[in-house]
Amino acid sequence: MKNILQFQDVTYIYHTAHGELLAAQNLTFRVDEGEFVAIIGPSGCGKTTLLSLAAGLLKPSEGSVESRGSFGYMLQKDELFPWRTIEKNIFLPLEVKRRHSPAQKERALALARKYGLGDFLKSYPAQLSGGMRQRAALIRTLATDPDILLLDEPFSALDYQTRLNVCEDVAAIIRSEKKTALLITHDISEAISLADRVLVLSARPARVAHAHALDFGDIPPLKRREHPAFSGWFETLWRELNP
Amino acid sequence: MKNLTYSKEHARFLQKRRKHLALVWILRLSLLALLLGLWELVTACGWVDPFIMSSPSRIARTIASLYADGSLFYHIGVTLWETLAGFAIAVVLGFAVALLLWWSETLCKVLEPYIVVLNALPKIALGPLIIIWFGTGSEAIVFMTVLVGIIIAILHMLSAFIATDPNKILLMKSMGANKIQILLKLVLPSSYPSLISMLKVSVGMAWIGSIMGEYIVSRAGLGYLIVYGGQVFKLDLVMSATFLLCLLAAGMYALVVLLEKILVKNAEH
Repeated sequence: MKNILQFQDVTYIYHTAHGELLAAQNLTFRVDEGEFVAIIGPSGCGKTTLLSLAAGLLKPSEGSVESRGSFGYMLQKDELFPWRTIEKNIFLPLEVKRRHSPAQKERALALARKYGLGDFLKSYPAQLSGGMRQRAALIRTLATDPDILLLDEPFSALDYQTRLNVCEDVAAIIRSEKKTALLITHDISEAISLADRVLVLSARPARVAHAHALDFGDIPPLKRREHPAFSGWFETLWRELNP
Repeated sequence: MKNLTYSKEHARFLQKRRKHLALVWILRLSLLALLLGLWELVTACGWVDPFIMSSPSRIARTIASLYADGSLFYHIGVTLWETLAGFAIAVVLGFAVALLLWWSETLCKVLEPYIVVLNALPKIALGPLIIIWFGTGSEAIVFMTVLVGIIIAILHMLSAFIATDPNKILLMKSMGANKIQILLKLVLPSSYPSLISMLKVSVGMAWIGSIMGEYIVSRAGLGYLIVYGGQVFKLDLVMSATFLLCLLAAGMYALVVLLEKILVKNAEH
């Protein structure tokens, strides 16, 4: 397995008029191809900074971020544009990257139909439920066929019921499309139910305090929550997050 | 999706609503009739001097004579043209300047104090300068109209551009979008409602600007009639021109509301 994303001794400093803030220090980790890695950390530890660094939107103050391949970024809210239909929303990254050939559009549409958005393509986001909107956001992220998905707490804006369902959905879609994913979350159970590997960040400045390989294999999220090993992992991670 | 078979209760609800609307309109028109009637009565009975108060019948006669000597539509046309030209220039220029300021944060910072001062300055203070620079023709009044409207148009649009959801900008950036793409695909479409409200505000500003301009310097127009009527104590003329101004402003407002309905309908689903 080759690694697709590598953080090497990354330090990141935020500068404002009032001073500077060390957001991350000597942060080192990697993500291998086909892996689902979850990163959890105490709130305010710079999780979103980390994703921006991974996506190349921020440059590290020291150290290096190396990546092979293209990114798809999924945010907390679906951020669908309300003036565009679902179809046009899904085409947005293709338009931005100027890759809107009929074949590529058809590929994105096929993906939308495959995952149950076929009837909603001409609808506007406001006409969809929160869960369907987040699904549309995932299809939009997948439209450009990215090599690695960066997921920034993508379920946190949903109510609990929807959240479990969408989590199940997204896991199934990501596994069946064989994507690499890096999930950032503050929700321990979400991390355990989705990931192959969990990294625990320290409080600011963020660095990797603990790393665990989970042994659930291909068990889907809801089944994992019922798995005997689930509560053990939960306790371990809980303690590591609250030392 | 129209459901034509309502429940009886819904039919009663609709009927009640229609009745209420009709009542509101009847009361509105009666209030107008009552006010005009009272006005006519107190002046006709000599309780108030019609020379100072004018009266509805005298206003009607004045407008009729203006119409008869052909100057009615001339004055209306002059004011309307000045207002519309000033409105169009202020809106287009204001929008363009707001775009520039959004584009360059440095430019925005540099110009900020100038804009604040221009916004606070009573434009009428520039009256003498405008007369000297632009003469006493319509150009001066159009310039005044632009001056009154443009700053508000700039500030209104700029705040809309700046208010674009930062998460959506982050999303666009994560897709690799450049600034032009962010502008065209995100900032402009999401500022659409603000554009419409800016047009509404600017219509009001344009009337203020054009009438103020005509007060300072003019040889024609409704503002000119009001000032002239005041100077020679022809209160009938003052009242008539004011009445026409009310009609025009109301008409233009109705047009903008109509335009808003069409534009919003197009933008929605």
